[in-house]
Amino acid sequence: MMFSDEPAPGDPLPILPGHSSPGRFERVLRAGAFAVTAELSPPDSADPEEVYARARVFDGRVDAINATDGSGANCHMSSVAVCALLTRIGYSPVLQISCRDRNRIAIQGDILGAAAMGVANLLCLTGDGVQAGDHPQAKPVFDLDCLSLMEIARRLRDEGRFESGRALTDRPKMFLGAAENPFAPPYDWRPLRLAKKIAAGAQFIQTQYCFDVPLLRQFMTRVDDLGLVDRVFILVGVGPLPSARTAEWLRRHVAGVHIPDAVVERLAGAAKPKAEGRKLCIELIQEIREIKGVSGVHVMAYRQEEAVAEVIDASGVLNGRIPWYPERHKSLLQEKVAP
Amino acid sequence: MYQVRLWSTRHARGLETLYQLFERSLIALDPFWRRIGYQRLERPVAVAERALKGVLFDCQMCGQCALSDTGMSCPMNCPKTMRNGPCGGVRADGSCEVKPSMRCVWVEAWDGSQRMRRGRESIRAVRPAVDRRLAGTSSWLRVAREKAARPA
Repeated sequence: MMFSDEPAPGDPLPILPGHSSPGRFERVLRAGAFAVTAELSPPDSADPEEVYARARVFDGRVDAINATDGSGANCHMSSVAVCALLTRIGYSPVLQISCRDRNRIAIQGDILGAAAMGVANLLCLTGDGVQAGDHPQAKPVFDLDCLSLMEIARRLRDEGRFESGRALTDRPKMFLGAAENPFAPPYDWRPLRLAKKIAAGAQFIQTQYCFDVPLLRQFMTRVDDLGLVDRVFILVGVGPLPSARTAEWLRRHVAGVHIPDAVVERLAGAAKPKAEGRKLCIELIQEIREIKGVSGVHVMAYRQEEAVAEVIDASGVLNGRIPWYPERHKSLLQEKVAP
Repeated sequence: MYQVRLWSTRHARGLETLYQLFERSLIALDPFWRRIGYQRLERPVAVAERALKGVLFDCQMCGQCALSDTGMSCPMNCPKTMRNGPCGGVRADGSCEVKPSMRCVWVEAWDGSQRMRRGRESIRAVRPAVDRRLAGTSSWLRVAREKAARPA
């Protein structure tokens, strides 16, 4: 899809009235489309081509690409750099900022820098503890938490001021997001915590992996009762599981991932577990899209990124819509030029 | 002191009442504190505060006490020092992602807050980033000085 005011790839879109950012992700959500985002794991490399190759596998299926920030406390190329590379050719990245590695001075600088490089979306995270990653000997910073980070980001954008109060000459026009995990205790509090994130400035939410639709429904009912569904765009996290062993490993070792026994058993009993995992993911997406208040899905397919296209296509959630990507932009322009 | 800390969140309501009385007297005594000099009081009061709150809450002396708004569970004991609620890594049994032997500070905070009167609501408010300059200073004196200066 292309907007009528489509700029040259890499240039910002005009900011529409009531919008916060010049990005296509916000445009798609506010237009009421069911949005799809995917997670890109930044490479252990200094080669930009590796970033582009990882983005290309999502072409035509996603409205925004999240670049993780040292996910799982493992060291990779920085999220700011990945996002800057992606904006160069017109992609719509979501900058992830975790509070684990940088203090408020560094983080505010990164937000300004990213906005200057055309990044229009920011996901505020607290981050995994350093014990989870490949550098457990590192110092955990946690100067901020995800909510105070959100407040500071909103202040930069809406008041044009640093946390210190010092004025900016130009504001970072960003669409602000937060994460939520409806599948971890204290379950009663999770919807209220979402309310807190919205109060702090969250405009979109990307959740942890959902493998338990009844639990998600319960959460979304409370969110609806609290009157929050019209105040935020919620994208539910999904992903294909390649095998029962991986599922077992994920739920044991990755904090906050909840996988019901029935899911593990289904994979264990399947003749082709990888295909079964994708089928399960498609079914989950189809169930999730029917839940009131869900605006999209966020696909996290670590080491199975090639599955994203297959899963999204089979789920039918895009309804024939083709999200923007650089090659398509070129071909559409050629069509326009052709007699 | 871990067991005492858990006891404190279980008795959050009683502690809330007790603290409200204590805070009122602190504020009422502001003229007296001023006569002695807040600066001169800082050291001994901080020592007393650290000792008492250390026993009851494993207080880390952030200098901007939030216990009344966090169900009497000190958020600075969270390995990520989260001041606004639990992270997404809380284990299914309610234990901490980073220190599995410890109950999540915020699971405790939620339990505690639900026993409280004002704390039941105030846990919902967004807390700003911590001012690291206040670490080690007395929250009690700060509250007395600031609330006495502000007409109720």
